Amino acid sequence: MNLFVLVWSYLTAKPLNTVLNILLLSMGIGVITTLMLFNNQFQEKMSDNSRGIDLVVGAKGSPLQLVLCNVFHIDFPTGNIKLSEAEKLSRHRLVKKAIPMALGDSYQNFRIVGTDTAYTNLFKATLQEGTWWSKDLEVVAGSAAAEALTLKVGDTFASAHGLTNDGHAHEENLYRMVGILEPSHTVADNLLFTNVASIWKVHDVQDVPDSAKEITSLLIKFRNPIAALQLPRMINTYTNMQAASPAFETARLFSILGVGVDVLVGIASTIIIVSGLSIFIALYNSLKERRYDMAIMRSMGVGKTKLFASIVLEGTALTFCGSVLGILIGHALIFGFTTLVEEGARTGISALVFYGGEVILLAASLLLGVFCSLIPAWQAYRTDIHKVLSGN
Amino acid sequence: MRVVTNCKTLEVIEVKDLSYTYPEGKKIDFGDFGIDRGDHCLLLGESGCGKTTLLHLLGGLLHSTEGLIRVTGIEVSRLSETELDNFRRQHIGFIFQKNHLITALNVQQNLLLAEKNISRADELLKSLNLSDLKTKKIQTLSHGQAQRVAIARALMNKPEVILADEPTSALDDKNCEAVIELLMTVAKENQSTLVIATHDSRLKSKFHRQIHLG
Repeated sequence: MNLFVLVWSYLTAKPLNTVLNILLLSMGIGVITTLMLFNNQFQEKMSDNSRGIDLVVGAKGSPLQLVLCNVFHIDFPTGNIKLSEAEKLSRHRLVKKAIPMALGDSYQNFRIVGTDTAYTNLFKATLQEGTWWSKDLEVVAGSAAAEALTLKVGDTFASAHGLTNDGHAHEENLYRMVGILEPSHTVADNLLFTNVASIWKVHDVQDVPDSAKEITSLLIKFRNPIAALQLPRMINTYTNMQAASPAFETARLFSILGVGVDVLVGIASTIIIVSGLSIFIALYNSLKERRYDMAIMRSMGVGKTKLFASIVLEGTALTFCGSVLGILIGHALIFGFTTLVEEGARTGISALVFYGGEVILLAASLLLGVFCSLIPAWQAYRTDIHKVLSGN
Repeated sequence: MRVVTNCKTLEVIEVKDLSYTYPEGKKIDFGDFGIDRGDHCLLLGESGCGKTTLLHLLGGLLHSTEGLIRVTGIEVSRLSETELDNFRRQHIGFIFQKNHLITALNVQQNLLLAEKNISRADELLKSLNLSDLKTKKIQTLSHGQAQRVAIARALMNKPEVILADEPTSALDDKNCEAVIELLMTVAKENQSTLVIATHDSRLKSKFHRQIHLG
């Protein structure tokens, strides 16, 4: 008889046991897959989004918040800095490039960023339609934002004050769409871009003297490595502004998150070990019930290696199903997170990305199956036909 | 019709100076005997006198240390474990007192365990009036049906020798009669030699060839 038919029959003869063992393993594997997908993509996105930005300079407050708000567009602004101070800093000899950022307004939860095209150039963004903004109140939309808001070139809209939908609407000054960007799979896809002056215009500060004008932050690219040593200290000590390094802050964020990730990995590993134990016990117990089955098969001329193989196959079939199901669960969780949770969609994380680590998970699961079934399989191999059949 | 492999004699089973020593030290002598091809024979004796042991020795389930066993011309006592597997698969059909069928499999799959010969299985199920039960679960069978399935399973390889261990001891007179008739019929149809180990005295009148142990 075909080994697969035999193993399949034994597995389906005890459906509850089989389902329990598969589910248990799939839970462990599912958690690890989810973490792997999330962590890897999150780090990739983080580094994609902060590429070309050495330093963020903004109002004093939490440096992590400053980075999250101005680089990743997640958190709220820390406050404003004076335009004059920012411009002074831009001209510093250690600064190669300084990009102004004016944040704080949004349209239907999509953030409006007052900046210049140097910012979109960081993402190597190109237009799929229309032109770049050149006059005040002209807006270029990221691809995902344009799609979600069903905005076309030529449409107009009123921005809302604040980063949530319920802010006061700036109805006196309507923005006009002039272009849509190609998808860049970065945070730029979810932003609406305009110039800094538009933000001032909307807030009626256009006509105040330059000395009173403010922006949210400056994104700085260093001229040379010495700047990394001198600029942050200079800014933090001698100005009213604070400087935060995206690389340092994200590393700090990951070390904080890392504890949680480690705990989850620990829990998942425990579940996997328990599931391995459960499979071992299931095989070991079923073997007692199947001693006679095996002796009968042997009496019919089935070789002992075939019995050994059937037990190992049974163990690995369980772990194979468990790990495949677990990997599917992992992707399904990420899919749910990115489609059902709005913040999830904004992260740009995809459920359809596969990592080499998943192949390793699969291989390790198969190995676990072999390992758990070795002792029962060895017992099956050594079945004393005469003893079992003569009832001793 | 199978070719007689042992030309010197018609004996399908030949036993010489056979003895078996149990792991705990007890030794049983079985002496010399032979069983002719197509003959039906009883191995009689009280419980514990070594009937099952002898049956297992003849069928290659147990390795003897002393003496000679030749079945269908093959020296069973000289075979390695793998050769014994092949020997049983090709030449022997076992019927046990408990008609142990594998409950995870259906009736047909139980027959196909060692040999994937579906037409043979169908043929046997038909001749034993089991065709309707082909895909039935083992748990749904009656005792009589299960016994017939076990007999069909033993016949899958058209065995030259059928070895039955206490096939009737748990049966009432009527069923005992039926099973023995069935066994003798199928053995005849398949040109098999039937060897029944039993302490059931009801069978004595049915067999002229009897070997007493102990």
